[in-house]
Amino acid sequence: MAASDELRFPEFEEAAELLAAAPGATTASASERPSHTALDVGPGYEEAEPGEDADNAELLGGQKQKQPRSFWTFEYYQAFFDVDTHQVLDRIKGSVTPLPGRNFVRHHLRNNPDLYGPFWICATLVFALAISGNLSHLPEKRASPSFHYSPQFHKVTIAATVVYCYAWLVPLALWGYLRWRQGSGARAGTYSFLETVCVYGYSLFAYIPAAVLWLIPAAWLQWLLLAVAALLSASVLALTFWPLVRADGRAAALALLAAVVALHALLAVCCKLYFFQRPPSAGPAPSPLHATLGTEPHRSRAPQHFANLSQAASSRQ
Amino acid sequence: MAAAEGSGVGGAAKPLFAGLSDVSISEDIPVEGEITVPVGSQSPDEDYSTLDEPVRDTIMRDLKAVGKKFVHVMYPKKSSALLRDWDLWGPLVLCVSLALMLQDGSADSKDDGGPQFAEVFVIIWFGAVVITLNSKLLGGTISFFQSLCVLGYCVLPLTVAMLVCRLVLLAGSGTVSFIVRLIVVIAMFGWSTLASTAFLADSQPPNRKALVVYPIFLFYFVISWMILTFTPQ
Repeated sequence: MAASDELRFPEFEEAAELLAAAPGATTASASERPSHTALDVGPGYEEAEPGEDADNAELLGGQKQKQPRSFWTFEYYQAFFDVDTHQVLDRIKGSVTPLPGRNFVRHHLRNNPDLYGPFWICATLVFALAISGNLSHLPEKRASPSFHYSPQFHKVTIAATVVYCYAWLVPLALWGYLRWRQGSGARAGTYSFLETVCVYGYSLFAYIPAAVLWLIPAAWLQWLLLAVAALLSASVLALTFWPLVRADGRAAALALLAAVVALHALLAVCCKLYFFQRPPSAGPAPSPLHATLGTEPHRSRAPQHFANLSQAASSRQ
Repeated sequence: MAAAEGSGVGGAAKPLFAGLSDVSISEDIPVEGEITVPVGSQSPDEDYSTLDEPVRDTIMRDLKAVGKKFVHVMYPKKSSALLRDWDLWGPLVLCVSLALMLQDGSADSKDDGGPQFAEVFVIIWFGAVVITLNSKLLGGTISFFQSLCVLGYCVLPLTVAMLVCRLVLLAGSGTVSFIVRLIVVIAMFGWSTLASTAFLADSQPPNRKALVVYPIFLFYFVISWMILTFTPQ
């Protein structure tokens, strides 16, 4: 009947042709291209929506899918915090063990840089510097009779400014330089900005135990700790950036690496000199455990202990 | 179309729904009435009942809510009352009182002393906001203000520690007082961290709990440090 023609399901000739051409292909839904179903992708596939055609081609190899989200949404930043506890611990361990075969970015980050590590390592370093710098004044001030302890809270602000500026501006400069070299035709590769920030953030971890151990008032030990920490973290940085600039010519590569290492060591030296200043009448002080006890004058033991030590110090000098 | 199909099937002369177009409501059928939906009384309507009550009731209700949360913090159990009805009055009161008690710390110069009022305020609120953002970015299911509420209320043990420290410092500032203050501050720091962890840890994915707990630990550690290093002039 004429009226019932309108009700008949119109066959799509195109689909019939495709089915005839590939009889074994499965068709999932109308919005997917037929080639989509043949992809065998990694674990990141479950998050993919069917409509995302552009990114599906890059899913081979099991890499995480980076959907181009807007800068202003919350999910954009959630992608930078996609790490588990064991991953963070693994990256921290990797930042203090420079092995020549392992590139920190390729081996530990694996295209999943995070901002959790850099941010909280920097925060811990800020407070470690401020607190142990404050504590280190205690035994040294204790020896002088005009002892007056002050918390010196403004040093937290200074430490925060220095550490966070280092952790963001130096990677920015390095990333900009590498981009420029890449753009001007040199065969140098580059990392993304986030990976550079991530490497620098994790490399600052080596300074945290150094800052805490600088409480021990032996000067040679402090400089030794500084050297060890700076050497470990700077060599991790150098090993990370060496493959990028290796193709650039020996002189330029060595100059860049020297600049990276020098800046890193400079940060450590400046922090040590500023936060752990030695007062003018320096001398080997008693251990901090003794020093944090109170200043009651009627305790017979403590002033004698100090008197002995200050005599020893003056005789040694 | 349906009429045509029906007529094709049945073969009857009368189409099926042909009479519908002729239906009209006659005037003498009353089409009016009352529809009453029984109002569910699970949650009492605020605007409905609290407009006429005395002011004392209004204030006491809020005060009781704040007091109940204080009790929850001092005896942390896994109850969801703290999370459900969040408010920021308690954190504000605690933060202001802690900042006031940390005033007139020792200072040789203006710069060299303890934290100023604004610094304490900023550290507590900005620190709480950063921790909340951190836990949300890591995939936590708690809401922003609920987390701020919990972190602010769990400053209560440290405020108590500050009070105790000031009282102990009135008695003297020697070795014994330092040891007493150290013990009190360490105990209250542990209490604060455990209380806030008890409330917040459940809302995190299980393989990231340590990542969320560490900033909370650091936050209360810094506040404890400020309390411990307070020395009056």
